[in-house]
Amino acid sequence: VSDVVKEKKVKTTGPASNLLITKEEGLVLYEDMVLGRTFEDMCAQMYYRGKMFGFVHLYNGQEAVSTGFIKLLKQEDSVVSTYRDHVHALSKGVPASAVMSELFGKKTGCCRGQGGSMHMFSKEHNVLGGFAFIGEGIPVATGAAFTSKYKREVLKEADCDHVTLAFFGDGTCNNGQFFECLNMAQLWKLPIVFVVENNLWAIGMSHLRATSDPEIYKKGPAFGMPGVHVDGMDVLKVREVAKEAIGRARRGEGPSLIECETYRFRGHSLADPDELRDAGEKNHYNTRCPIAALKKYIFENNLATEADLKTIDKKIDELIEEAVEFAEASPLPPRSQLLENVFADPKGFGIGPDGKYRCEDPKFTEGTAQV
Amino acid sequence: MLGLLKLKFTNPGGVTSLIRPAVIASRCYATGAKEMTVRDALNSALDEEMSADPTVFVMGEEVGEYQGAYKITKGLLDKYGPDRVVDTPITEAGFAGIGVGAAYHGLRPVVEFMTFNFSMQAIDHIINSAAKSNYMSAGQISVPIVFRGPNGAAAGVGAQHSQCYAAWFGSCPGLKVLVPYSSEDARGLLKAAIRDPDPVVFLENELLYGESFPVSAEVLDSSFCLPIGKAKIEREGKDITITAFSKMVSYALQAAEILSKEGISAEVINLRSIRPLDRNTINTSVRKTNRLVTVEEGFPQHGVGAEICASVLEESFEYLDAPVERIAGADVPMPYAANLERLAVPQVEDIVRAAKRACHRSIPMAAVA
Repeated sequence: VSDVVKEKKVKTTGPASNLLITKEEGLVLYEDMVLGRTFEDMCAQMYYRGKMFGFVHLYNGQEAVSTGFIKLLKQEDSVVSTYRDHVHALSKGVPASAVMSELFGKKTGCCRGQGGSMHMFSKEHNVLGGFAFIGEGIPVATGAAFTSKYKREVLKEADCDHVTLAFFGDGTCNNGQFFECLNMAQLWKLPIVFVVENNLWAIGMSHLRATSDPEIYKKGPAFGMPGVHVDGMDVLKVREVAKEAIGRARRGEGPSLIECETYRFRGHSLADPDELRDAGEKNHYNTRCPIAALKKYIFENNLATEADLKTIDKKIDELIEEAVEFAEASPLPPRSQLLENVFADPKGFGIGPDGKYRCEDPKFTEGTAQV
Repeated sequence: MLGLLKLKFTNPGGVTSLIRPAVIASRCYATGAKEMTVRDALNSALDEEMSADPTVFVMGEEVGEYQGAYKITKGLLDKYGPDRVVDTPITEAGFAGIGVGAAYHGLRPVVEFMTFNFSMQAIDHIINSAAKSNYMSAGQISVPIVFRGPNGAAAGVGAQHSQCYAAWFGSCPGLKVLVPYSSEDARGLLKAAIRDPDPVVFLENELLYGESFPVSAEVLDSSFCLPIGKAKIEREGKDITITAFSKMVSYALQAAEILSKEGISAEVINLRSIRPLDRNTINTSVRKTNRLVTVEEGFPQHGVGAEICASVLEESFEYLDAPVERIAGADVPMPYAANLERLAVPQVEDIVRAAKRACHRSIPMAAVA
């Protein structure tokens, strides 16, 4: 099935002549991917034990895309994702314990339990969500890129070169907002990279059944920006392409559209029985696990030993265990949290001419109900 | 949408002027020196806020070189340049989302919808990524954005350009919904909206843009700001309360004038804010007068009047001497023919009749086409 989408050879140097990564970089990439994989496997376990509920969408198999791109970013760069956002948040630096408690719906979660699996926000790490509607994150990401350009040109913060990455899937590429933003991003040369995680399936709808021209990267040049297709199961190839795209955006040359052909090992969500995907296809991709591929590369090029990698595996296992314990032990949000944070200004009555919140003025009367 | 642009080109910003409010309670305005149209009020408010805060920018269709589809943003492009007055392609969902993304990072966008009917193309962003974000992120990410534009019926623009969205947006927690009437309201509330750290839906009215209202020196001051969530008593009375917002305030005031000649003293409340709704002012007034007529332009079911009725029943039931009367638009999409359109929108006579019904005077039943 995936053979229809032809693999374009990306200009990378062969492994024998020039290594693509150093030992340190290799270990960082390995650790990040193992973190993502272990975390998601633990989510599945916790879900079936009833600790997690609602909609949970797991990222197993796609780690190369998240790691390949996000590990090249600075803290000030932003990431916008869809509902399959746990690993994007983890790669960007949100602590695993915060994400796990958020999934358990506890007060100590990154959004204090108010967002949930599909709405991971972190201002500190510039993770701007977490959106349930596909395509909703793309204009928001374009807006974050717009801000970066605005800060540089209007507010004259000369060193503001923050890049935004928008992650979304193959199904989203048929949505109107995607095309609207490709147009505006290229029109205004915004510092954004559109990353398509083409895992060939939108719940049970095959990409080929849903799309008139399945080669998504071609939609980039239609709007005037480069469109690149890359093998999303190979973290090193993704990383090379990402370097170029992020560099382009940082230099102010405008957006790029990167199609990463990847695969999700599990169903769309934990509630999806995953019956429509052919077993042969699943087996084919199971042999192409990105973590195994990176491991192979590391060993073949003598970048690290088996022992080094096992240490990392063990470290991550412990980290995830601690995250689960932390989440388990954390308290549920208090009743008073229900009505909090609806507005940034405490009761929603706006700001007075003295610049302070009106409702804090003792003479102000208000009629909102108390809980 | 192209049809609307053509219409606007031949009739740029102009509008058949309607009957001015016959009486403006003089105690509400200082000794009226200047007069200002609502259009100028909005323009000056935008101008002052943009000059005071460099993170404020305007974005929308035709806001720049066309000087604004209704000329609200006239002159801003020349003053602030294309980086801050951004002409967008016809992509409501896209640019509303871009505004939200910019607001996440601390800019203060003012997103203009050519009419709020087009906001339906972007409603996902207004509700899901603007209104809910502060809650979903537990206070980490606030969205200081303003969505503004004309709302409600205009003159003969047909069903797809005439809907009133006050009730839809007013039901969503996380949004503030403001409905200015006069120039003072327009200036004060728009400034408050731009300075506000939360998403504000600012519903203007096309037919009010050309209306002039007296403004005091206080209103013209650049730090003038009105409170969000406070209604204004436009006219005091003691027999019946009439609540209205936006264009309907002028009709309510005219009705109050007619009623006063028949011995009924009506108190007219200009709501100014649909969310938060000023339940206190409404209930205090009803407890004083014991009768209520709610007036709105939008569809009756689940409308603003329904919410006000419920609020009054919950809080002031024993004070009511008559059932609450709801005046709303007809429960049909807006027809085009001029006489049918007149029937589909509340008129002054409807308000007068409802008030008399509430005061237990006998009146003829239906209107004549």
